[in-house]
Amino acid sequence: MEFDKELDACNLNCPLPILRCKKGLSEIEATQILKITATDSGSVKDFQAFCKQTGHELLVQDEEDGVFTFYIKKRAN
Amino acid sequence: MTKKLALIASKGSLDWAYPPFILASTAAALDYEVSLFFTFYGLTLLKKDLSDLKVSPLGNPAMPMPVPMPNFVQMLPGMESMATMMMKQKIASKGVASIDELRSACIEAGVKLIACQMTVDLFDFKKTDFIDEIEIGGAATFFEFAGESDVNLFI
Repeated sequence: MEFDKELDACNLNCPLPILRCKKGLSEIEATQILKITATDSGSVKDFQAFCKQTGHELLVQDEEDGVFTFYIKKRAN
Repeated sequence: MTKKLALIASKGSLDWAYPPFILASTAAALDYEVSLFFTFYGLTLLKKDLSDLKVSPLGNPAMPMPVPMPNFVQMLPGMESMATMMMKQKIASKGVASIDELRSACIEAGVKLIACQMTVDLFDFKKTDFIDEIEIGGAATFFEFAGESDVNLFI
């Protein structure tokens, strides 16, 4: 899947993946896509909750060998 | 409409420094408007130097210890420093943010930090003891934003 910016939040614990994600989203344009990887197992629920509350779109979430990958589309202005 | 969080931080130990800054930085990331009111020992969390935050096993029977430790051993000189050192190592090894990092994230996100005037006076703190980003206010200042907040917490 294509993305506009990639962010590594592996080995970081709550709430750092979300804080990094927020920062990452502020550095891309509306409707662009941010790819984030994280190892915090709580981040799955947290990214869903984050997107639900902020209006950004969680396009894909995936897990492989304990690494979670999220593709988030920044909300339109 | 923007949601608002009002939170009172009243504790100043290393462990209890986490909940206010975790919740405030996360709320800010969720586009909340956030105000934190620091009172009594919570004022410690606004000091320029956070390196002397400590954690004590004394009076905290729920604190996980590597080996069972009776209270009279926990009160020996040096035990508090040792517990603090172990906690800091644990924090770093688990990828948990430092308090400095979380506080900076709050400041960067525009979280309002308000120091309680009465307790600043009570403990003879000076404005220069604290980071520059704070405001000083009283209980009425707290209610000014707490009254219109969606979430109110006391920690």
